[in-house]
Amino acid sequence: MITFKDVHKYFGDLHVLRGVNVHIGKNEVVVICGPSGGGKSTFIRCINNLEEFEKGEVVVGGVRLPGAKREIRKLQADIGFVFQGFNLYPHKTVLENITLAPRLVRGMSAAEAKGIAMGLLERVRIPEKADVYPRQLSGGQQQRAAIARALAMHPKIMLFDEPTSALDPEMIGEVLSTIRDLTEEGMTMVIVTHEMGFAREVAHRIMFMDQGNFLEEGTPHEFFKNPKHERTKRFLKEIL
Amino acid sequence: MGFDFAYFLSNFPALLKGAVLTVELSVLSILIGFCLGVLIGLVRLAKFFLFRYSAIVYINSIRGTPMLVQLFLIYYGLPQVGLKLSPFVAALAGMALNDAGYVAEITRGAIQSIEKGQWEAARATGLNYYQMIRHVIFPQAFKRMIAPLGNEFIQLIKSSSLVSTIAMVELTRTAQLIASATFRPMELLVGAALIYLAMNLVLTLFLSRFEKRL
Repeated sequence: MITFKDVHKYFGDLHVLRGVNVHIGKNEVVVICGPSGGGKSTFIRCINNLEEFEKGEVVVGGVRLPGAKREIRKLQADIGFVFQGFNLYPHKTVLENITLAPRLVRGMSAAEAKGIAMGLLERVRIPEKADVYPRQLSGGQQQRAAIARALAMHPKIMLFDEPTSALDPEMIGEVLSTIRDLTEEGMTMVIVTHEMGFAREVAHRIMFMDQGNFLEEGTPHEFFKNPKHERTKRFLKEIL
Repeated sequence: MGFDFAYFLSNFPALLKGAVLTVELSVLSILIGFCLGVLIGLVRLAKFFLFRYSAIVYINSIRGTPMLVQLFLIYYGLPQVGLKLSPFVAALAGMALNDAGYVAEITRGAIQSIEKGQWEAARATGLNYYQMIRHVIFPQAFKRMIAPLGNEFIQLIKSSSLVSTIAMVELTRTAQLIASATFRPMELLVGAALIYLAMNLVLTLFLSRFEKRL
């Protein structure tokens, strides 16, 4: 589903991705962890072309990056992305946030899009917030609305870029349980997170990233029990 | 001499008549200038350098030259190259084109002030550039444009007095004409000033209501 071949990315002089090679299969749930500044966000943002890279090749769902504009837009419509900072549209209600892309990009009627949106709001457990503006929601509710917005496009892949890092501790649980529900439906998912308990529970594979590359990967069991790399051991010791 | 209140009142209706033209010119040039300015502001943000630079050249030419010179160029200069405009059209063109230059910069500033995450959220759901601008970015930017637009429109209404120099008998010109016939400028200029003030207060009130409603 997702393949990276020797991908390099620079921000000016900063070499953020240093020859990344990855393969993520269909229906796989992959959790990426590692210290800040290690390239996790950049990596996940390269998957749906929010970030462009300088060298190498990425193939996502059969689409080759870098590629033609139209192809990329179609790919972006087929990938759900959940941001650390939610990025809901403040001038639109929760319902309008969710129905905008299905209507514009998928050409759905207002009624059809609303039906789907209401179903999703049930799923993320905030159906009563449909007609409310984002600023009237708690952080956890905003993130769940943002997840519903991403799901409304029927994505083939869901990407989560530190979805709980901007939340107060008491709201982290509700967002994680929403994401956990999704993992049970067999969707391809890539999740960048520091929530190791959650990772252990939902991941098929955990990958550790530092200094622009993946240093180690394995099933949660292997990863937590027998980390091989010195850097991974140190990271796990600090975070657990 | 002194301020003759009866004289002031008796000439007020004539001033109001002149003000009708000022209002017409102001409203039309605000509408045209706004639409044109938003377009130029968007072109100013285009990726293609030729578009971007033509917008920059336009904006700087408008902002860097006096409006009076712009009006003279349109009304007295263009006939020399075969384009003769009526005073009304010349005045309207001058005001609208001038307004557009400032509105373009207001548009650019407001759009650039929208958080990067809003663009990314729209892009991540597959919206194209036009859809992003139309549904996500511009509605938010517009809210931030209202206050600076208010300043610009007030400036424009006051600058409309400059078109009195290209054969338009609007509010200022009306006051001048009556004053030069009667040698009593004070009452007429106070009258004209009050009418300009009233127009701008109405505009300010309208915009602040509008801003609150958004």
